[in-house]
Amino acid sequence: MAKSNKPIVWGLFAAGGTITAFLTPVMIFVTALAIPLGIMNPEVLAYDRIHAFLDNGFWKLVMFAFISLSLWHAAHRLRITAHDFGLRSDGIMATVVYALATLGTLAAAVYLLRI
Amino acid sequence: MSRRPYVRELPRTTWWLKNGRYKRYIAREITCIFIGVYTAVLLFGVKRLSEGEAAYQGFLDALNHPLFILFHLLALGFATYNSITWFGVTPKAIRIQVGEDFAPDGVVAGAHYAGWIAISLVVLFMAGI
Amino acid sequence: MSERQIELEILRYDPEKDQAPEFQTYSVPCQEEWVVLDAINYVKDHIDATLSYRWSCRMAVCGSCGMMINGEPVLSCKAFLRDYPDRIRVEPLQNFPIERDLVVVLDDFLEKLNRVKPYIIPKENRSLEDGEHKQTPAQLKRFKQYSMCINCQLCYAACPQYGLTGHFIGPAALALAHRYNQDSRDAGRREREEIVATNEGVWECSFVGACSEVCPKHVDPAAAIQQMKIGSLIDWYQEHLMPWSKR
Repeated sequence: MAKSNKPIVWGLFAAGGTITAFLTPVMIFVTALAIPLGIMNPEVLAYDRIHAFLDNGFWKLVMFAFISLSLWHAAHRLRITAHDFGLRSDGIMATVVYALATLGTLAAAVYLLRI
Repeated sequence: MSRRPYVRELPRTTWWLKNGRYKRYIAREITCIFIGVYTAVLLFGVKRLSEGEAAYQGFLDALNHPLFILFHLLALGFATYNSITWFGVTPKAIRIQVGEDFAPDGVVAGAHYAGWIAISLVVLFMAGI
Repeated sequence: MSERQIELEILRYDPEKDQAPEFQTYSVPCQEEWVVLDAINYVKDHIDATLSYRWSCRMAVCGSCGMMINGEPVLSCKAFLRDYPDRIRVEPLQNFPIERDLVVVLDDFLEKLNRVKPYIIPKENRSLEDGEHKQTPAQLKRFKQYSMCINCQLCYAACPQYGLTGHFIGPAALALAHRYNQDSRDAGRREREEIVATNEGVWECSFVGACSEVCPKHVDPAAAIQQMKIGSLIDWYQEHLMPWSKR
C-alpha cells in the first residue's frame, strides 16, 4: 500500500491539539462565561476595546491561528470519532470535515482582515 | 480434522461500552465536538465584530442566554478534559534523551501543565480578572 | 494453605460439533496462591480433558497463555486468583478467530510481524574483519524497551482499531518496526516506512492507548506508534517540500 497522505492533516491536528490544550479552556471562560456569570466586567469585551485589540496585526494573526488550528483539530478528530462510532464511509466524512475546516479558515481570514 | 474458525465481530457502534478504558477514550474524542462548536461560535463573534458595534453587541447579548451558558459550561469541562489528556500523551510522543536516560514522563507533562497555567494566567490578566 | 472454590466460566468451541461457542462452567477447588492457569490446568487434569488452550513457561516470558479473563486481555499465568472474585469468566483473546476453545488463529498476527522487516538493515554490509558493531549504553536505551515484546498478542486483543479494521498492522508489529528504526546499527527506516507509514500502519492508530495498558512487558507500543507518526510527518514534509533532498 502506498504511503499515506494522512501526515498533512495529522500535523494540523497535532498543532491544533496543542493550541486548544493550552488556550481553549481559558478562552471559553473569558469570552463566553465570565460576563454571563457576572465574574468579569462587561467593559472588558466592549466593542471599542476588542476592535482596537484585533486591529493589531500580531493579535489578528494569533486569533487566526487559534481559530483555524482549532477547527482542523476538531475536524480530524471528528472524522476518527465517526469511524469509531461505526460510520463506514470514511472518505465522505473526511471530505465533509476538511471542507468545513477549510471554509472556517477562509472565513476567519476574511473577517479578521475586515477589522 | 476440519478447521472452522469462529469469528467474533466487535459491535461497530457500541464496542466502547465494554469497559472504563474505552469509555474514557470516547469521552476524550468527543471533546472535539464541543471545541469545534465553540470555535464556530468564536468565529461568528469575530464576524459580528467586523460588522460593526450593533451586530457585535447583539452577539454578546445572545451569549447570556441560559442555553448558551449551559453549552459553554459543558464546553469548558470537555476542553479541560482535552487539555489534561493531551498533556498526558505528549510525553509518549516526545521522548527526550538526556545522557543515557529519557526525561521522566512526569517532567515533560509537568512542564506542559506549568505552561498551561502560565498562559491561562496571562489571558486572565489581560482580561483584568 | 487455604482453599477457595472458584467457578470458572469458560467459552468452549468445537469446530466439528458446535455451530457457535458456548460457556461451560466448572467448579474448581483452588489454592489461594494459584493463578488462573493453575485452575485451567486442574480442569484439564481432573474434570474435562477435552479443554484446549495454549501455555508453556508459566512465568510470563513465552507469551503463549494470553486470554480474556473477566473481559481483560491478560496472561493466565500472571492472573492471580487473589485478585479475582469467586466467579471468573475465561474467553479466548478478543479480535482473533477462535480455532477451538481458548485457542485462537494467529496467522494474521504472525504475517504482520514479518511484514515490517524486523531485522537489522545495515547501511553497508560488514565483513567479519570489520569487527562487531559498537553501541553505547545510551544507544541501547533508545530501543531496548521496544525489544522486550514476547508476542503475546494482548495488545491486539485490547486494540479496538484492530478489532474494527482487520487490516491494521497493529501495536506489536509497529513497536517492533520502531525497535529496529531506533537501533543505531540499522539504516532501514525509510524502507520500513513504505510499510508502516501507510493507512494500514501507524495512520490507523487513534491512540486509544489500550495496548500499552495491557502489555505485560511494558513495551509501550502506543508511544512507539506516536513517535513513528512524528517521524513520518517530518519525512512527508521533507519529501513534498524539498523533493530534491537526498533520501
